[in-house]
Amino acid sequence: MTKPEPLLDVRNLTVHFPVRRPGLFPRQPQLLRAVDGVSFSIARGETLGLVGESGCGKSTTGRAILQLLQPTAGSVRFGALELTSLWRRRFGAAVWSRELRELRRRMQMIFQDPYASLNPRMTVEDLVAEPLRTFRVADAAQIRQQVRDLLAQVGMDPRFRRRYPHEFSGGQRQRIGIARALALRPEFIVCDEPISALDVSIQAQILNLLTELRRTFGLTYLFIAHDLAAVRHISDRIAVMYLGRIVETGPSEAVCSAPLHPYTRTLIAAIPLPNPAAERARVRLAVRGEPPSPLNPPSGCRFHPRCSLAIARCTSEEPQLEPLAGEPERFVACHVVHGSVGPVLPR
Amino acid sequence: MSAEPLLSVRDLCVHFRTDRGIVKAVDGLSFDVAPGEVLGLVGESGSGKTVANLALLGLVPRPPAFYPRGEVRFAGQELLHASERVLRSVRGRRIAMIFQDPMTSLNPYLSVERQLTEVLELHERISRQAARIRAIDMLAKVGMPDPERRIDAFPHELSGGMRQRVMIAMALLCNPELLIADEPTTAVDVTVQAQVLELIRDLQRGSSMSVILVTHDLGVVAGMAHRIAVMYAGRIVETASTDALFTRPRHPYTQGLLASIPRMDTPRGQSLSPIPGLPPDLSNLPSGCPFRPRCSKAFADCEAAYPELTACGSDHLVRCFAAERGET
Amino acid sequence: MIAEQSASSSADDVLVGSSLWRDAWLRLKRNRMAMAGLGVTLALTALSFGGPFVTHALWGYDYESQNLAYGARPPSAAHWFGTDYFGRDLLTRVLFGGQISLTVGLLAASVAASIGTLYGAVSGYAGGRIDGLMMRIVDVIYALPYMFLVIVLVTIFGKSLPLLFLSLGMVGWLMTARIVRGQMLSLKEREFVLAARSLGVRNYTILFRHLIPNTLGPIIVYFTLTVPSMILQEAFLSFLGLGVQAPRPSLGALISDGAQHMAVFWWELVFPGGLMALLLFSLNFLGDGVRDALDPSSRGRS
Repeated sequence: MTKPEPLLDVRNLTVHFPVRRPGLFPRQPQLLRAVDGVSFSIARGETLGLVGESGCGKSTTGRAILQLLQPTAGSVRFGALELTSLWRRRFGAAVWSRELRELRRRMQMIFQDPYASLNPRMTVEDLVAEPLRTFRVADAAQIRQQVRDLLAQVGMDPRFRRRYPHEFSGGQRQRIGIARALALRPEFIVCDEPISALDVSIQAQILNLLTELRRTFGLTYLFIAHDLAAVRHISDRIAVMYLGRIVETGPSEAVCSAPLHPYTRTLIAAIPLPNPAAERARVRLAVRGEPPSPLNPPSGCRFHPRCSLAIARCTSEEPQLEPLAGEPERFVACHVVHGSVGPVLPR
Repeated sequence: MSAEPLLSVRDLCVHFRTDRGIVKAVDGLSFDVAPGEVLGLVGESGSGKTVANLALLGLVPRPPAFYPRGEVRFAGQELLHASERVLRSVRGRRIAMIFQDPMTSLNPYLSVERQLTEVLELHERISRQAARIRAIDMLAKVGMPDPERRIDAFPHELSGGMRQRVMIAMALLCNPELLIADEPTTAVDVTVQAQVLELIRDLQRGSSMSVILVTHDLGVVAGMAHRIAVMYAGRIVETASTDALFTRPRHPYTQGLLASIPRMDTPRGQSLSPIPGLPPDLSNLPSGCPFRPRCSKAFADCEAAYPELTACGSDHLVRCFAAERGET
Repeated sequence: MIAEQSASSSADDVLVGSSLWRDAWLRLKRNRMAMAGLGVTLALTALSFGGPFVTHALWGYDYESQNLAYGARPPSAAHWFGTDYFGRDLLTRVLFGGQISLTVGLLAASVAASIGTLYGAVSGYAGGRIDGLMMRIVDVIYALPYMFLVIVLVTIFGKSLPLLFLSLGMVGWLMTARIVRGQMLSLKEREFVLAARSLGVRNYTILFRHLIPNTLGPIIVYFTLTVPSMILQEAFLSFLGLGVQAPRPSLGALISDGAQHMAVFWWELVFPGGLMALLLFSLNFLGDGVRDALDPSSRGRS
């Protein structure tokens, strides 16, 4: 059975930021390896969850996929188009070509901070109508009607459309942002930590909304978050990132109930459960130390300084993301998991 | 609890005069903390949890805030209307506080050593050298790697987790009887959070220190607290031992919270049951119970009057008319 | 599905919101000093432009008709501010002077604000080398001695009124440009700008619809504080003899004349100086009030 072409196919995506070092004389800038060779694909209608802690590069990955920043290297195929080749140079700066701009109609983003992602000087109507007006989708009256419909679909009363963002709560502002992202009827939406800035009791509302909209509009999501429980809930598959690379991928349930990569296991072990008995019974697998800086990643496997299973090979050779024998859906980047043996390094 | 509570808060009210009228951030808060106990204070934005804790130490600016009524007793000493002198002797020495964002809570211009020894020099008459030794010991105790070197570092040279450790060290230097931890792990990664919580738990067990752990994360209190108090719109709506709260929550808000959070230990694919509606607007609270607009169990009485905290089990209090009638 | 924020069950189709400008205006209204400043400024403006008609109607005065017989008289019922050396009614002259000061101040400040905003916005948004170049130009002009520059400009363009405020404006735009550029640099990293880009909005639309409206706050504040500065500069130029030419009065020229006879004819200094001071005070109070009203830190998050 041939698998259908994925909607999004990312190969070796790399984003490096040069960081100017302080000093009187210009020196070779250091490279911040925010995203360092990330590959995955998403099928139409699927939701891939991208999980990791701060500094792992997940937000940068999302933006690089949408070409909101220009990738340093790698390929991003959206349908039949290679997005990285759609940049042009004008006055010495890299800008979008017309086709890349047109692609906004097919791929959109929902942002994390509901306070910062809406222009405080624009009314709700103007905010949601902006994409429609930019692409001249319809005449003015029709656009106003579409805005009313969109607001209703995200659970906002359309009568509030002449109000300003600061008059709403965080959850409501997020709904406005979602309405705006849906306006052009995109096929693919990158959700960049859409619920992290919201109150707990509102997070579930927005998660349910996103699930419902996915069904209604046949959307494909890349769901980026650090809250693994929320990601597990909404995603079909999960990819775990650490320091710019993916360390594990697989179906959500499998990754969460039977994690393979040592980092995934410590991540899951660190999540507190709202269940006192379970909390008391847990074996503390707290990982030691903190994530190193993406300016200077460790040699070999990036997790090896904090890993309790590290062997000699892990310090010199970076493991590749490979499928597990017998479970073609599950990919892990770890020498030990794939069978390498050796004495465990002292820490 | 037969022993005298270490901290006793009765009917605490902290109101603010603003352009939009009077904001009742805290409105009739009452709770106790026993010696050696960890109390989890759970609430979302608008619940008043942070303001309440700042008020305990007299750190809320008055004006625009004022205390229409209420009383706070700490080991017999009344704090709410105490003089600045009394409050200064309590702050840092007997009651210590750690904050959410270690980035902004540490002075970026002072070295770690300076910030730690400042606390010691203020409350105990010891020399700078002696204070430095105590500080290094404390840094080691809080799990700071390489404390003799790190003590001379500046906050921007440390990571978030290390800064949080410095804050904890600062708080514990004078052996306080009560530690108020205001969302100490919200701003850090989950793996660092696990380390910080484990540290607080170990330190608390090793001494007789009480802790008020303020958070919105029910998972955090499940593993840390002996008792939990849930706040909504400036008051406690439910308080019970941790086990009792999780196995048999009585207040519709607590039940709603527990039912709405996505969890790792429940099957996937089930739709979440969120609490409908919006968080309370503290300048414009509805009449009667402030949770009523979002409550599925509300009935006529709920609009007419504000329920009182009543017992519904041994050591389990709830503020809800429906719960009193056994309907929750 | 979602609970309404306000229980407004009117038959209105749309509930109009309160923009940030309206919030700021309400806040400004509550500031008594600022309102006093605004009131006095408006009153002085009305007096300056309307007053001379009244004095002409009542007594037939204008700013240049001399009556040597009445030279240098102290304030009296016929001449409320007294007369100057040439017998000209001082009240009328002071009011005319006020006209010129206000006109010059407002127009020069407007020119400065417009040029500065455009320049700073383009520089800040473009970033990189273009920004560097544009800001170096500003630095160079800034480093030139101001008086020297103005004197050169006045010498080249002559001592006409419109060119006077053009010269003032040309120098005044520098600070505005710097402020706006600084605002741009921080604003363009804000998430709503990224959101606009991701929606496909074009660059110049982002500049005018998203960025500039959000910089208007500091621009307005700086504007209300630039006006008194411009008035002072005009007065200084006139004091030096480089500004408005006699017999047309400007407050600066009047103060200059008055200072010469200060010991003997005190009213020639006190009245123009007093009016000038009153004008500057009220504009400054207004400017402070506007700044407080637009202060984003007092704007609440829900």
